[in-house]
Amino acid sequence: MKAIWHIEPAGLDAVLIRFGEQIQLDLVPTITAASQCLQRALGQDIRGMVPSYTTLMLFYDLRKHDFASIQTLIERELTKLVIDNSVTGRLVEIPVWYDPAVGPDLQRVADYHQINIDEVIHRHTANTYQVFAIGFAPGFAYMGQVSQQLATPRLDRPRQRVSAGSVAIADQQTAVYPTETPGGWNILGRTPMPMLDRAHAELCPVKTGDRVQFKAISKQQFLEAEGVLS
Amino acid sequence: MMPTGFKVLKPGMLTLVQDLGRFNYRHIGLSTGGAADEQAYLWANRLLDNPANSPALEICFGGLQLRAFTDSQIAITGADMLVTRNNQPLANWQSHAIKSGDTLSFAYAKSGIRTYLAVKGGFQIIPSFGSVATVVREKTGGLDGTGNPLKAGDLLPCRASKSDIRTRVRSMFVPDYQQPLIVSVIVNHHRNDFSPSEQQKLFHNTYQISAQSNSMGLRLQGEAIKPRVKGIISEGTAFGSIQIPPDGQPIILLKDRQTIGGYPVLGSVFPMDVFLLAQQQAMTELRFTTMPLAEAQQQMRRFYRFFGI
Repeated sequence: MKAIWHIEPAGLDAVLIRFGEQIQLDLVPTITAASQCLQRALGQDIRGMVPSYTTLMLFYDLRKHDFASIQTLIERELTKLVIDNSVTGRLVEIPVWYDPAVGPDLQRVADYHQINIDEVIHRHTANTYQVFAIGFAPGFAYMGQVSQQLATPRLDRPRQRVSAGSVAIADQQTAVYPTETPGGWNILGRTPMPMLDRAHAELCPVKTGDRVQFKAISKQQFLEAEGVLS
Repeated sequence: MMPTGFKVLKPGMLTLVQDLGRFNYRHIGLSTGGAADEQAYLWANRLLDNPANSPALEICFGGLQLRAFTDSQIAITGADMLVTRNNQPLANWQSHAIKSGDTLSFAYAKSGIRTYLAVKGGFQIIPSFGSVATVVREKTGGLDGTGNPLKAGDLLPCRASKSDIRTRVRSMFVPDYQQPLIVSVIVNHHRNDFSPSEQQKLFHNTYQISAQSNSMGLRLQGEAIKPRVKGIISEGTAFGSIQIPPDGQPIILLKDRQTIGGYPVLGSVFPMDVFLLAQQQAMTELRFTTMPLAEAQQQMRRFYRFFGI
C-alpha cells in the first residue's frame, strides 16, 4: 500500500506531515514506517520527530534547510515508502493489579455500564491496544481503542494527584500515568512496571506504533514486582 | 579541598541552569526546554568566547546571591537587575573578572524578567538526556538532573580563569525590553480552522500578557478569537505556535511546552520576537503583524550563524 500525505510548515523549523483527517488504527503503521524511514534517510538533517494520531511533526536543521528543500527531501523518501500493514509494532505486556485500593474509579466505570468490577477488568484486558501518541507528560502513551462497552467519560473534576503507574481510561482511550501528576481519567488499577525509566536508554518501555496488552495480576504479584502502594 | 566554582547563598525567586535544550527525546514526550530568551543567553556565552551551548544560569525576577570560590570571568546579559560585586555595581551586557571570595548579588529586575549569568568555560554540569536545560515540571535537567531550581547551599562548579579581558555587547545590539512590542507572525494558511475575519482579529486588536503565563506558554488576554473547531486531533507542537483554546484567548507556546497539543493553531511567532516576549512582565500590551515564512527563516539563519551555531 502507498501512503498518502500532505506536508505543511509548522512554526519556523518544523513541518507537519498529515496522513489522514480522522483517527484510524491503520494510520499508526503508516506513520511509524514513515518516521523510521525519514530518521534513516535524513537523520543528519533533522532534530527530532513527534508522531501522533494522524500526523508526524518533523523538526529540521534550519542551517541546512528551508521549507522547500526539506519538503523535497521528505517527498522523495516518502514516495519510495511502501507500507506493509501486516507488519505490526512490538506487543508489550503490562501487568496491572486491578483493585479499588489502587483503582478508585473501578466502581464508577462498572456503574456507568451497569456491570460488575470483574467485567470491567475482563473488558479492559480483552483487547490489545495500539499506541497512537506519546505526550502530555514524558512517557504518557495514548492507547486505543477501548471498546464502546467500557468507554467512560473523564471525571468532572480532575484529581489533584494521580499516583505513578495508575492505569486509566477516558472515553475510548487508555493510558498509564508514568509519574505522579494531576489527572482526570478513570483509574482502574496500577502497574508495577516503570513507564519512565531514567536508567533505560530508550526511557520508555513502549513507543508509538507498539501494541499493548494489559494483564491482571494479584496484589502479591504486584508487590513482588516492586509495585508501590502509596 | 576548597571547591572551585560558586556557592549559592540565596537562590532568588527562580534560578535555573539552562542551555539550548534537548531535541532527541520529543517522541517520548520530553520537552525541549532551554533558555527562554536565546538572544540574551547566546550573548552571555559569546562575551566569554564559550561554545554557544555552554551551561549558564537563567535568573528569573532576581534575588540570587552567589559566593565565588575561585577566580573566574563572568558575563551578565538580559533583564536589568542591579547586579553588585561586594556591593559595587556591575554593568549589564558585559564580562567581568571575579576573584575568589567575591559576593555577587542580583536585585529585582527593573526591565525584562530574565537575566543570564555565564561563566568562562561554562558551568560544569552533567547533562541529562543530552542537555542541562531545567524543565521543572518534568523533573529533568538542572544541577543534579532532577529538574530542581537552584537552592541555598548548591555548588556550581566551574574552572578557574585568570584572564581579565573585558568584552561588552555593542549598544546597537542590546535589546530594549520596554519598547512597545509589535510581534511578527507567520500565519498558518494550511488549515481551515479559522474564518478570515476571526483570524484578522489577532492583527487588529491589542492583547495583554496574562499573569497566568509560565515557561510552557505565554497566555494573552484581549479580543476573543473563535475557531471553527473546539479542538483538533492532537499533533506535535512547534516553538512560538499560537494556540487558540475554546475561550478564544491566544497562547504562545514557549520552550517548556508539551510535545503534543490539541488546540487549533493560528500561526507562529517569529522566534526573535518570542525571545523578547520571554522578557515581558504580565499586563504588557502587544500588537501583531504578519511576516512571510521565508523571510523569518532567513533572519533566524543569520542569527544562528552570527552566534556560530
